[in-house]
Amino acid sequence: MKKAVRGHAPDADALKERDQDLLQLLQSLLGDEIQSHRHGMDMLELVIRPESASSVSRLLRDSEGLEFDYLMDQTAVDWLGRREIRFEVVYHFYSTKHNRYLRCLAPVPESRPEVSSLYELYKAADWYEREIHEMYGIRFAGHHDMRKLLMYDGFKGYPLRKDYSMKGRQPLIGPGSRQES
Amino acid sequence: MAVGHAEGPGQNLLLTRLEDVISWARSNSLWPLTFGTSCCAIEMMMASGASHHDLARFGAEVTRPSPRQADLLIVAGTIVKRMAQPLRTLYEQMPEPRYVIATGACVISGGPFIYHSYSSLRGVDDVIPVDVYVPGCPPRPEGLFYGILTLQRMIRERAGLKHPEERRAPVTAALPEGITKQEIQAEMLELFEAQGRRNVHEEYRRTVSDPGAKGAYPGRGERG
Ligand code: SF4
Repeated sequence: MKKAVRGHAPDADALKERDQDLLQLLQSLLGDEIQSHRHGMDMLELVIRPESASSVSRLLRDSEGLEFDYLMDQTAVDWLGRREIRFEVVYHFYSTKHNRYLRCLAPVPESRPEVSSLYELYKAADWYEREIHEMYGIRFAGHHDMRKLLMYDGFKGYPLRKDYSMKGRQPLIGPGSRQES
Repeated sequence: MAVGHAEGPGQNLLLTRLEDVISWARSNSLWPLTFGTSCCAIEMMMASGASHHDLARFGAEVTRPSPRQADLLIVAGTIVKRMAQPLRTLYEQMPEPRYVIATGACVISGGPFIYHSYSSLRGVDDVIPVDVYVPGCPPRPEGLFYGILTLQRMIRERAGLKHPEERRAPVTAALPEGITKQEIQAEMLELFEAQGRRNVHEEYRRTVSDPGAKGAYPGRGERG
């Protein structure tokens, strides 16, 4: 395996070679759950279905040889006008045991923006999912508390959606507020 | 007898002097409640906590974490709308007389977030009344000191204390002749949006393939 030079993207072939056995293991364990896969510029990427996000994650966390015990990040992308399926929820997993990374992508249609929650599996998902919900309006089935995390309760709309009005102003709510801000 | 004295010049003199003494004492023992939310707060800590700058010279070094023990609220840092309510509550909890210093562009006008921000407040004076504005992004500790000295002078002159409603409106610098505020705003908006259209990912990719390329993502190639 070639050594990755610091400050540059790692060699694509080296990454492919590194992730080969991981991919085989995943394919044997998950089977049809993997809709497609790709060797990304830094780690292996799997495309999964939104409703099976939690069952796939359970397998990723508990299966021997995988043990992805750390949910590093969870976020969403709005592909408005660029892709047919508008949203995509992105999961980054890390295995502290095997020192391996994995990215899972769950495309979510605008007509039914719902993903199964990872809250029961990873406590870290609690606030990630609340944030995604208030910023993109994607619901998480099975999450215990979908209140807003960063914005105040009266806030309308989903500010990180690409069609949220850039010049939109909302009234400031609360004691002493003098005007819209 | 006492009534006669109250109307005479002697009594008035005593009263005035007592007020002077109180304002003098008050101005030299400000107890700031520090409300630091972002980068400006670092500079405020630098001013109030670090020995190099020594805020104690002006009698305002006893920073309080509780509004009940403070009479000066230093707002340092971006205030998001979610934070506006706690800030107002803290202000209400401070005993009278209370003063507010707003440091940094963010609390004065919204600063870098003045355009298109869905989350931040455009000027903290939408929520609480401000006595002294200290401009800068962030203002240096000396700037904050100047703000505190200005406030002390205001207290000694009893501006804002006897007539709390009559706070002075902030002064804006005069514009050059023939230029309107709208023109400046439009130009800034244009510059800002031109920046926003720069495709950083493309530039980054170009740098990775050709580290020496001109105008590429800064620093990446040289550092290696
Ligand atoms: S004025 Fe500048 S330094 Fe101060 S909080 Fe805002 S962005 Fe940060």
